[in-house]
Amino acid sequence: MTAADASNSGATLIDAFLSASTAGIIELLSPNPPGWGGALLVGLLHSIEIALGATCLGLLIGTGGAYGKLYGGPVVRDLLAVYTTIVRAVPELVLILLLYYAGTDLINQALTAMGYQRVDISGLAAGIAVLGFVQGAYSTEVIRGAILAIPQGQIEAARAYGMSPGLLLRRITLPAMLPFAIPGLANLWLIATKDTALLAVVGFYELALATRQAAGVTKAYFTFFFAAAVLYLLLSLFSNLIIGRVEAWSRRGMPSLKEAR
Amino acid sequence: MATEAAIINVVARTSLWLQPHRIVLILIALGLVLAAAFFMRWDWLPQYYEMGLIGIWRSLWILAVTCVLGFLLAVPLGLAQATGSFWFAAPAKVFCTVIRGTPLLIQLWLLYYGLGSLFPQYPWIRESWMWPYLRQAWPYGVLALTLSFAGYEGEVMRGAFAGVPKGQLEAARAFGMSRWKAFRRIWLPQAIYRALPTLTGETVLQLKSTPLVATISVIDIFAVSSKVRQDTYLTYEPLLLLALIYMTITGILVFAFSRIEARIPNKVG
Repeated sequence: MTAADASNSGATLIDAFLSASTAGIIELLSPNPPGWGGALLVGLLHSIEIALGATCLGLLIGTGGAYGKLYGGPVVRDLLAVYTTIVRAVPELVLILLLYYAGTDLINQALTAMGYQRVDISGLAAGIAVLGFVQGAYSTEVIRGAILAIPQGQIEAARAYGMSPGLLLRRITLPAMLPFAIPGLANLWLIATKDTALLAVVGFYELALATRQAAGVTKAYFTFFFAAAVLYLLLSLFSNLIIGRVEAWSRRGMPSLKEAR
Repeated sequence: MATEAAIINVVARTSLWLQPHRIVLILIALGLVLAAAFFMRWDWLPQYYEMGLIGIWRSLWILAVTCVLGFLLAVPLGLAQATGSFWFAAPAKVFCTVIRGTPLLIQLWLLYYGLGSLFPQYPWIRESWMWPYLRQAWPYGVLALTLSFAGYEGEVMRGAFAGVPKGQLEAARAFGMSRWKAFRRIWLPQAIYRALPTLTGETVLQLKSTPLVATISVIDIFAVSSKVRQDTYLTYEPLLLLALIYMTITGILVFAFSRIEARIPNKVG
């Protein structure tokens, strides 16, 4: 084969590939059953569900953890330090495997010990619990830092007014720490949306696994992984838009960041 | 006298750290470790010991290579965003946004399965010298991790370059340094000093990303533990040991970086 022939055959191959792909890609990605677009969108929906659930659970754990770290007794503080250190030092993939197997196993053992039937734990609940546990460690640190950034006088003044701890948390600490916490929490939300992809490894049906199945069946690997990347990117960009609004809202009445600097 | 004072200081600090409740917690932790050692199955360890060491070595090697290459790529990315004209800044910005906005797992699969399935269609690639490498999994893993590190660190370097006071650069130019020399002697070192604290975190994050390469059949320590789980039908033991290995590496990394950071003068800028 001469060089000219080689380049020629290469060119025809590229032509063939392009013409096949332009017609084929639209068909492959169409939302109706012969195409796989619908499956991808369902996967994206599941990913968003898990990310939302995990972030909410993480916020609950994080608020409790931050309070424990700041105001708890010495034992609580040490246990929380162990929790945040271990979770942040071990890869998410390993944690997800460990917690997924250990969690479902423990619940089933507890159920059988109490005389109930074993249950199949839904993938959604398990995914939210596992990612929420991981997110909790990171949000603990973010919220702890944010509470420390509140001018202490505000909390002292609230105590002097005789507010109960619950009222103090609801009226003063949470709203006052929000502007300091939002950049960190927004980052955590973006990490949560991306970490949902890791659940594909334990076989949970979300965007990454849906993409992998679609690509495996149709052999159009590049098309589908590219489409998934675009969907994740759109989710991130859309989140950034919303986060900007929320941050502006939480900082209402405060000088803008540019003026403060 | 000085050493005596130092010893007293150390004793005081340890006694402060070793409060009674901590001793109880440490005893409980020791009890858990001993229970794990005696009641769990570890008889597979001798058989997989060597494979595990090779896996750890490979994970560390991937970590080192991707961090160094990624950082080398992050410097121009940060510089382009900090000072470049629109035609340099915009592509760098888009690159960082795309890398940071999509999961690493998808990037990895896009490169390995996506590009990997396109390459064989072109004869000139199959005939080139790169083909023996392109048929293996690890170049895709290293490429994906490098690009990911560059994307995250590029954003950090942008801030670091922008944070170096203008006066420093003006002074360097006034001394008659060429642009390149001012960059090499003043701008880059000061930017790296500024980026160093975040570099620790980024390196630990990178370590925690390395097990993803196991999903494209690179045999790192995570893949070794998966193999042990498949062979022995054990669920927890290999995973717990794996978690311990990663925690140890993280601890060593954080300690090493804190030593490096301590050597750098903290009056910057």
